[in-house]
Amino acid sequence: MSSNALTIIFSEIALIVYVLGALMYAVYTKKDELTSKLIWLTSAVMVALGGLIVFFGSGESTAFNGAFIDDEFARYGKVIILWSSAIILILSRDYLTKNLLLKFEYPILVAISVVGMMMMVSAGDLLSLYMGIELQALSLYVIAAFNRDSVRSTEAGLKYFVLGALSSGLLLYGVSLIYGFSGTTKFSDIALALGQGPTPLGLLVGLVFLISGLAFKISAAPFHMWTPDVYEGAPTPVTAFFATAPKVAAMILFTRIVFDAFGEIITDWQQIVSFLAVASMFLGSIAAIGQKDIKRLMAYSSIAHMGFALVGLASGSLAGIQSLLIYIAIYVVMNIGTFAFILSMEREGKSINNIIALNMYSKIEPLRALALMILMFSLAGIPPMLGFFGKFYVLKAAVDAGMAWLAIMGVIASVIGAFYYLRIIYLMYFGEETEKLDGSMSTFGWMTLMVSAIVMIVGVVNLFGIERIALSAASTLLN
Amino acid sequence: MEIAALAFYFFAVIAIISAVFVTLSRHPVHSVLWLILAFISSAGLFVLLGAEFLAMLLIIIYVGAVAVLFLFVVMMLNVDFAALKADMAKFLPIGLLMGIIILIELGLVFGDWNFASNSLELRAAITPPIEDIHNTQALGLLIYDDFIYLFQAAGLILLVAMIGAIVLTMRHRTNIKRQNVMEQMSRDPSSALELKEVESGKGI
Repeated sequence: MSSNALTIIFSEIALIVYVLGALMYAVYTKKDELTSKLIWLTSAVMVALGGLIVFFGSGESTAFNGAFIDDEFARYGKVIILWSSAIILILSRDYLTKNLLLKFEYPILVAISVVGMMMMVSAGDLLSLYMGIELQALSLYVIAAFNRDSVRSTEAGLKYFVLGALSSGLLLYGVSLIYGFSGTTKFSDIALALGQGPTPLGLLVGLVFLISGLAFKISAAPFHMWTPDVYEGAPTPVTAFFATAPKVAAMILFTRIVFDAFGEIITDWQQIVSFLAVASMFLGSIAAIGQKDIKRLMAYSSIAHMGFALVGLASGSLAGIQSLLIYIAIYVVMNIGTFAFILSMEREGKSINNIIALNMYSKIEPLRALALMILMFSLAGIPPMLGFFGKFYVLKAAVDAGMAWLAIMGVIASVIGAFYYLRIIYLMYFGEETEKLDGSMSTFGWMTLMVSAIVMIVGVVNLFGIERIALSAASTLLN
Repeated sequence: MEIAALAFYFFAVIAIISAVFVTLSRHPVHSVLWLILAFISSAGLFVLLGAEFLAMLLIIIYVGAVAVLFLFVVMMLNVDFAALKADMAKFLPIGLLMGIIILIELGLVFGDWNFASNSLELRAAITPPIEDIHNTQALGLLIYDDFIYLFQAAGLILLVAMIGAIVLTMRHRTNIKRQNVMEQMSRDPSSALELKEVESGKGI
């Protein structure tokens, strides 16, 4: 280890030092009143670190014998993770205050799980992969049960914990088989070991276990069972957090490991990933139709979206990785906007999650209804919106890679899925008159909703140049 | 050589038998005791492998701390194990089926097992040569030097576990009277006692 290593992991160290300092300060002053300030401060630190990575991150370097990789691909993920978590953290403030959940541990746990996610996207070794996943997941289990007086929330936390532990077990079993074959946990050395001859069955079984564990983390079908219950039970801002940053981290990690370590046996994992993609797209689209709870709906929606992102991965090409990166960036923006809205769904100070409550919402708050409509169109992937381009890139990558059948499946699933997004728009504009929502929105929440809706329209022009960034990030992975 | 082989079979057989009894014994306390025996036999296996430090750790941590903790939990929690066992009978057939399927799969995997050609060198490459330094020292060098990143990450994970346990379970009760030892000791008669002259025939 050299001082160079410390420079390479500067952003992680900076965040963790901040977290420990904040934790000590809050513990010794014992002030939950600090929470509000702590939330702003934590978000500011995350935004600043994201900016630091954008402006000063360059080149490709590894630290700790290859356990930590800092390249453009990792930085792309880190910036999305840091910025989206910062926004969600500020969005959570009002909800937490109203529901008496404003404890100083909340921003601390979120920041620690962000460190875990940054470790995940930078992992270059099976051990650092596992450490990152556990650090991230353990913090998430706690904040899922953060509303400890609510049965739903504790149930969500417990369910997530038990199933998460099971998936970690699967993942570790896979890791041990892979280590057994190759004698190393480093991705680059595994790739070397694989290049030498026929792939043994044991390694493939290990790969299947590993992918199952990762599929659990991105909630791809058939490892999605926990998602609706956890999303529904957890406090809404926590759900918003679950739907964004952890998904990005796990997706990027997934992409890195299959290309860096198993790039030699693309055809072997391609079948598995294609299966996961098709299953998630269809399950997410069909199972959401019957949902009345908007948080459950968003859970199925995120399953379907992960399926589409996996289509990009399944194509196994440069264009495929690029489309995946574009897709998750758009997905995160859409979800932040939608959850900013969901956080404001209230009647007489109580949170309402039933979509029936949205009846004729356009008459009460025309502007918010319009913004939500744009986001729903975008989530459904209807042409002029940005969400369409995300799907377009992914499906195009699949067609170019000679997997036209996968693209056709994607289109069919997308049409089925459009139904439930359109139903929300229908309820808002043409529904029946029922009890109205009267929730107010913080300025920040309102701005987030509006900005993400505007992004969905304006982004069509050039996708904010993300196409180029995603391409160069993707190409660092393939070299 | 024969003695080592004999010792291996001795420890291995005891480890497996005690593991079976962990699940079969009727009384949960007996299960924990069998578990301790399983740990000790595994420690014996570690010694045979030349990993004496790990063997000691296994005994100190698993037998000394974890198993004793289990024993406390089993004795203090009032869990109706008979009811749990009754439930288990329902799931036994499907559990057995799964077990057999996994066994067959593992058989397939290990029947056709082969190593990458350089896997043995890679495996040996990270550890310093055994002639130069002994096990414990080598372990320390690896953990605190090569794997410092992972070691620190593991520390963070434990920190999260601690924060989580406190956030989810600690409650500050406000309406109870707590003992403040310093306050009690710093009392003196001048502030604690009040002398009053009581006139005869009247109360205070």
